[in-house]
Order: sequence, then C-alpha cells, then structure tokens
Amino acid sequence: MEYLLNITIYLPLLGVVAFLFIRGDEAVKWVSLAVTTITFFLSLPLLFNFDVANSAIPQYVTEGTPIFLGMDIKYLVGLDGLSMLLFMLTTLFGPIVILASWSSIKKSLIGYYSMLLILQTASLGVFASLDLVVFYVFFELGLIPMYFLIGIWGGSDKIRATIKFFIYTLVGSLLMLIALIYLGYNAGAATGVYDFTSDWRFISGPDYTIGLVEQTWLFLAFALAFCIKVPLFPFHTWLPYAHTEAPTAGSVVLAAIMLKLGTYGLVRVCLPVFPNAFMEFAPLMAVLAVIGIIYGALVAMVQKDVKKLVAYSSVSHLGFVVLGIFAFNTMAVQGAIIQMINHGLSTGALFLIVGMIYDRRHTRMISDFGGIAKKMPVFAVMFMIATLASIGLPGLNGFIGEFLILNGAFISELYANHAYAVISAIGVILAAAYMLWMYQRVMFGPITKKENESLIDLNGREIALLVPLVIFMVWIGIRPVDFTKYSEEWVNSFITMSEEKSVAVIENTDPGEIPNWTARLYGIESGEQNNLLAQQD
Amino acid sequence: MDYLHDLQSFLPGIIVAVAGLVVIMLDAFKKGVHLSYGITVGALAIALIIGIQALFGDTGTAFTGMIVHGGIGAFGKVLVLVGTLFCVLISKDYLSEKDLHNGEVYGMLLFATTGMLGLAVSNDLITLFISLETMSICLYVLAGLMKNEKIGAEAALKYFLLGAFSTGFLLYGIALIYGATGQTNLTDVAAAAEPTLLFLAGAGLLLVGIFFKIAAVPFHMWTPDVYQGTPTTLTAYMATAAKSATFVAFILILTRMLPNSEIADWTNVIQVIAIITMIVGNLIALAQDNVKRMLAYSSIAHAGYLMVGLAAGTAAGYSGVLYYLFAYTLMNVGAFGVIAYYERNHNLDFTEIDSYAGLGFKVPVMGVMLSIFLFSLAGIPPLVGFVGKYYVFAAAVHAGLIPLAIIGVLASAASVYYYLRVMVFLYFKEAHKEYTLKAPGFLFKASLIVLAVLTVYYGVEPVLPTTGLIELITSYYPG
Repeated sequence: MEYLLNITIYLPLLGVVAFLFIRGDEAVKWVSLAVTTITFFLSLPLLFNFDVANSAIPQYVTEGTPIFLGMDIKYLVGLDGLSMLLFMLTTLFGPIVILASWSSIKKSLIGYYSMLLILQTASLGVFASLDLVVFYVFFELGLIPMYFLIGIWGGSDKIRATIKFFIYTLVGSLLMLIALIYLGYNAGAATGVYDFTSDWRFISGPDYTIGLVEQTWLFLAFALAFCIKVPLFPFHTWLPYAHTEAPTAGSVVLAAIMLKLGTYGLVRVCLPVFPNAFMEFAPLMAVLAVIGIIYGALVAMVQKDVKKLVAYSSVSHLGFVVLGIFAFNTMAVQGAIIQMINHGLSTGALFLIVGMIYDRRHTRMISDFGGIAKKMPVFAVMFMIATLASIGLPGLNGFIGEFLILNGAFISELYANHAYAVISAIGVILAAAYMLWMYQRVMFGPITKKENESLIDLNGREIALLVPLVIFMVWIGIRPVDFTKYSEEWVNSFITMSEEKSVAVIENTDPGEIPNWTARLYGIESGEQNNLLAQQD
Repeated sequence: MDYLHDLQSFLPGIIVAVAGLVVIMLDAFKKGVHLSYGITVGALAIALIIGIQALFGDTGTAFTGMIVHGGIGAFGKVLVLVGTLFCVLISKDYLSEKDLHNGEVYGMLLFATTGMLGLAVSNDLITLFISLETMSICLYVLAGLMKNEKIGAEAALKYFLLGAFSTGFLLYGIALIYGATGQTNLTDVAAAAEPTLLFLAGAGLLLVGIFFKIAAVPFHMWTPDVYQGTPTTLTAYMATAAKSATFVAFILILTRMLPNSEIADWTNVIQVIAIITMIVGNLIALAQDNVKRMLAYSSIAHAGYLMVGLAAGTAAGYSGVLYYLFAYTLMNVGAFGVIAYYERNHNLDFTEIDSYAGLGFKVPVMGVMLSIFLFSLAGIPPLVGFVGKYYVFAAAVHAGLIPLAIIGVLASAASVYYYLRVMVFLYFKEAHKEYTLKAPGFLFKASLIVLAVLTVYYGVEPVLPTTGLIELITSYYPG
C-alpha cells in the first residue's frame, strides 16, 4: 500500500516524461486522460483500506532517511483522516480537468497537459507529505504550472493576473519558510537527537510544546501564508483576477484543490502545533472570516461576469471554512473539512459549467444570456444542481458543511459570542440571492440575443465529467456520515491534544520570564485562559 | 617527498597553467584554433577529475603554508573547474559566430583559471594577492574581447580602472596587516592579531578589495557595464568561476585570519553589506530591460544572499555558502548559455527583453531550459537554487539572525518578479515578426541539458554534496 500511495503521487509526473517520446496532439490528450484515470483508480484502494478508527495516525507511511546527520529532513508521505478525502478529491478532479480542456485548448498542447499533470503531482504531494519541508516543496511546486497555465492559456489580462497570483503567494510562503526553519531548529532541540526536525508527527505530537512568544510569531507567519492561499479577507485580491483570467481547467484546479491548501495548512499545522496562539487569535480570524463571507457575497451580487461571480462566491465560501476551523470544536472543524470537499465539488462544477457556456458563446457576461434553459435542458439541470449545492440547499452537500460550521460556531467557547454564527448565516441568505438571481438571468426569460438561438446542449463528454460531481453532491447531502467518518477520530483526538498542550504551555510558563505583551495577550496574570479551558473540558 | 606532496596538492592548477602555455604557443605558430579548444577542454576535464578525487583526501597545508590542501580549498577548486569547463563548452559556438574564436581566448581563460585555483586555496596574503592579480589581469583582457564595439571597450576600460583601484585597497590592506602583525600567513596573522587601529584598518581595506571582486554594494558599480560588454559566455565565466574563487578566498580569510570575534566582529559589517547588496541589487534589477544587465544585477543580489551565510559565521553557514556557489554555478552558466544562444542567432540587440517575445515556443528545449534556470535562480523548489537559499537562510536563522533572514527572503520574493518577466516575454507575448532560429550545436545543447538536469537533480536530491560539505567544513574548521 505504501508503494501504491507513491505511485499515485508520481504517476502524473511519469506522464510528463512520456511526452518526451510522444508527439501528436491527440496522443497527448489520450495519454493525459489515461494517466489521470489510472491515478484515480489506483487511489481507490487507499480509500477502501483506510482504517477509519485510527484516522489520527498516518497510514501508508513511506519514510526516507534523514538527508544528513543531525538534520531530520526526510521524504515522508502518508495519509490520515485529514488528508484522505482531499487526496481523493484531487485524484477525482484529475481526469475531469483533462476532459474539460479536451476541445477548448488549441495552443501548444504538450505544454498545457504537462502543466496540468505536474500540478496534479504537486497537489497530491502537498496532501500526502508529513514532513514540513517536503510539504513546503510541494506547496511551492504547484505555483510554477499554475503560473504558466494562466499566463499562456489565460484570458486578456492574463499577465497581470498570473504575476499577481505568483508574487502574492510567494511572499506569504517565504515568510512561512523562515518560520518553518525556526520551528525546525526549535523542535530539533526538543528531540534531543537532532539539530533540526521537520517531522510533522513529532512537531504536532504531545511531547513537543513551544513557548508562548515563539508560538505567537510562528503562528502569525504560518497563518499569513495560509490565509493568502485561502484567500481570507483582506488577502483575497489576487483571487478574482487569477480565476477570471485562467483557462477553465486552471480555474477548476485553483478552486477545487489549490485554495484548499490554505485551509488544509491551517488545520494541519496551525491547530496542533501552536494551540495557544491558535485559540488566542481565533476571534480575530473569525472576524476576518465573517467579513470575507459577507463582503464576498455582496461583491458577487453586483458582478456582471459569471466567472467573476463564482470567484467571489469562493471568497465567501472559504470564509465559512475558516470560521469553522477557528471555532475549535469537533462539530465546526468537521464541518470545515467536509466543506472543503463541498466547495471543491460545487465550485469546481460551476467553473466547468461556465467554461462550457464560454466555449459555445465566447462571452461570460450575464447580460449576453437569457432563456438558455429552453435550448439546453440538460445543461440547465446540471447548472441548477451545482447552483443549489453551492447555496447550501438541504439534501445537497453544501448544507451539511454550512450547517455544521454555523452550529459549531454558535456554540464555540472561543468565540463566546453568537454574533459570528448569526452574521455568517446572513451570508447563506445572500448566497441564495446572488446565485439564484444569476441563474434566473442566464437561464430563464425570453431569448434576447439571436446567437443564443443556435446553442447546442451538452455532449456526452461534458455530461460524463459533470455526472460524478453531481453524484457526490447528492451523496454527501444524503449520507454525510460516509464522508465525515474519515476525519472524525482525527479531529477529536487533535482537538483534545491541542487543548492539553495549551494548558501545559500555560502551566510551564513563568510569568516573570515573558514580555508584557505576551502576558497580556494570553491573560497569564488574570488566569482567564485557564478558566476558559477549564470550561471547555 | 614534501615537494611531491606540494605539487600534487596544486596539480589541477599546474595542469591548467601548462595547458595555457601550450595553447598560447600553438596560437603563436598559427595552428588551428580547434586544437587549442580541444586541449583546453581536455586539460580542464583532467584537472576536474583530479580535483574531485582530492575532495576525499586528507587536509592540511602545502608549500610551507602558502596554500591549503583539501577541505574548503579542494571544494573551491572543483567549483572553479566546473564553472570553467561548462563555460568553455558553451563558448565555442557562440564565439565563432561572433568572430572571436581565437586561440588566445583560451590561453587567457586558462591563465585566469590558474589564478582562480590559487585564489581558492590561498593561505597566505601574498598567494592571495598574486592569484587575484593573475585572475584579474586575464579577465580584463577577456572583458575587452569585443574591442571594436563601444560597449566592449567601455567594459574593459571600466573593469581595468576600477579593478586596479580596488587592488590598491587590497594591497594597502595587506601592507597594513603586515605592519601590524609582521606576518602574512593567514593563521599566523590570526595568532599575532591585536585590536590595534593599524590591524583593523588593514583588515578593513582587505575586505574592501574582496567586496569589490564579489560585486557587493556599494562596490558594485563596474558589474553591469562589464557584464554587458563582455561576450556572454565569458560573462558567465566571470559571474560564476571568478565569484566562486573569491568567495572561497573570503571564507578562508574569515575562518583562518579573522576567526577571533573579540578583536573585531566582522559579521556585523558583513550583515550590513549583505542587506544593502540584496536590496539594491534586486531593486535595480527590477528596472532592467536588457536581460544580460538584469542578470548582472541579479548576480549582485546573489552575492548578497551568499553573504547572509557568511554573516551566520558557523560551519553550517559556510557550507551553505559553498553549496549555494555550486548551485549558482550550475544555474547561472545555464541561464547565460541560453541567452548566448538567442543572442548569437541575431545581433547584440537581441539581449533586450522585448525581443524575447514568443521565443519560448521556437526551439522548445531552449525555452524550457531557460525557464528551469530562471526558476532556480528565483529560488523556487524543487530546484537547486532553492536548496542553496534554504541552507544559507537556515544557517542565518539558526545563528539568531532572523531579521536578516526575513529581509533576505523578501528581497528574494521581489527578485521573482524580474525572473518571471523574462518568461512572460518568452511565453506569454506574441512574437513581433516571423523568423527562424538556428538549431543549437550538439555539444552546446548537450552541456546545457546536463546543467539543467543537474539543476533539477540536486534540487530533488540534495544529499550528496551536502553530506560531504558538512564533513569537509567540520573536519577542517580551525579551532
């Protein structure tokens, strides 16, 4: 099984090697499709053999040797409850994005499909890596193909969009790199064996705690990098550009997978490693998340471009995920994890749909459409399901995630205020408003433009790539436990452990040793923190 | 027996020097330039093999303490030889296209390399000075190869005048150090050093000379013009081999002559210079429209990152610098190589970024390789440039220089913009007019492919040189 995991990660890269010997556009397409489809089927046994009861422990672990004595940086991959579903989401989207590009990409196909395949390996690598340096390498590796995808095959303002995307993400992750190095040396000293360690299992484990001052700075550096990637308000400005200018497949991968790297990182690193800072900054992050939810929804409402509308709706939806993560209870974090999957499915589907209509009409302006439902009934149904899933209609997947998050935020001890959940709930209403309004303007009413008269409905390929997404939207909506079970044990055990760790850090802190701002921040003298934790237990 | 040992220690340098003499003689008797080229490549390859073997040998000193044997010096020799060998391999096509393919180019190049090999092992201020001059004088000649072009003449003259000026500083520094301590051997100087004004002034002037050679701000003024006016493949040679040799000499001075921080803590000086160098180098590079000039400023910025490792002042820092130099040699020779390829297809203006529009799709392998080298220079994983930066910054963080490391990574983030900009033109812009590029020569293409493969390989698998490096440094580090 360990081999299977590695094969799954690197098989797409092997496809790129194959392009050295394969010429001809058709062959390139078929090889890409074959490689990603095989990757998906190879990843299925990983899901079926996953030990759900022990999801807190990484499984299928491959462990290399440290790169040199004293420095415990090593190749370390495995899957646990947190990464399992996101890993599967990534393999599922592999063949879908290839199929989505089938007829719309006409320029330098080898380059295009190489980029998609490299991106696939990078995304799978991020979710599977358990060594923070390896994590960082895969995290950055994803930037290069995305840069070219937007820059070469993008829309009219592609150069500005792609450079903004690249630099924005890079600034955050470079600061994270410094924090990562500091953390590595700090953790290495704690092992007593190594000078440096970036083994996530040790760093997030119960034996390693970090002092309050370091925790604050490290948390801020890591959180900044992840929040830019999410993107959380006010770091979101790169997202609408990148989404709008990217080719369909680029938007889909960006929305479904790459944005998840941010929220995934928050849960993977920030929650278990910096528990005190995590709890202390939770209300601040929640405020940003709530602003993002409302702001994203309001801006989405006034968009004239369908793709931009979906892009801003991402800002809103990912606000929910962040809100859930920082609520710091099992229900909300579970909701956040399932919402990551939901957002991938529904927003991915929406971008695919926008791409399909764009291929036919070469416009994305809402005003250019109207009355399409009559001409394209199958399209209308698919679009409707994706729209409703995105809104969070009960019975579809979006509802499950949003319900758990709002419920968890409502009872969250850290927020200690119902306002967060209440205001966020307004975001759900706004979502219904902007999505349904857009749907109505695009699909219903009289046909005003004569170009729309001759639209043809979806072909077999297009239906085939939407159907799996629709199936999962319904499945998660009806039987969410089939999916939430994977992360349940993980969330429970890490929340409990983080709480214990945070108490231990406070107990071990000598109030005389730390600077005033830290004492004030963590309420050491007044003992508020301890009381709060006592209530939670 | 001692003589044998001494000679063996400097064998790569001797081989290169003898080859240089042979090439010059051949040129005098009008034998074909291809023979000279063959001899040059052969001599460098043999010297490199011997140099690599010496990596695993014993450490010590040779020639009665004038040079170091093994350890950092041995690695320095390998760096210089790798850089030189690849520059020579890519030079032939380029120089013959530009009508500069003469035997004396290789003669000068080999003599310069001899100087660099001496510089990388110098354990005495006299050796340091003589090696540096041997190297510099030959480089002045190489900088002026395009003597009929304005920028070529400007490069040579500027390099010579400013270089002579800086040598004055260096020599004056050596004189003052000798006056203060009565010694010229690095370790003897360290033993006899006292914090007198005379000694500090001497050491300071010596460092000024070194800063000039590595193009640290504010001693960088010559770099862009010289780099632009020199034939491109020889620019690569100056930017990699010469820089590696000088940095290794810098490390030797810091570890052997100025190890005692009680006399004076030079790391503060290096820190300040590193910060200015990174910021100024990157900011000016942002505004460049000529790719060659852009790479010149970026090489200034890279000197800044390298000095971050020196500022850490630990074995990890020095080995990080050495690894970075290795990475820098691979990717910089590669980048200059591809630029030389584009340039020789047309004319001099072809180094303007605007003329790169749409080039990436013309000869795909060249475009892809330039992208790899530029991403590596930008420090994006999983390429060797990232690993180099990682080691250097990690050493700085470990030594407690977190603000320095943060400035470093932010400067490096800014640098990404101008590397990306080249790729924007390569791939994202449409070509202005239709033209076809000539196919690259086999040897030229093969050497660049080797460099690209190594750039990726040592990024993914940073094990081999690093393990060796740490052992080298720790086994060798005095005190």
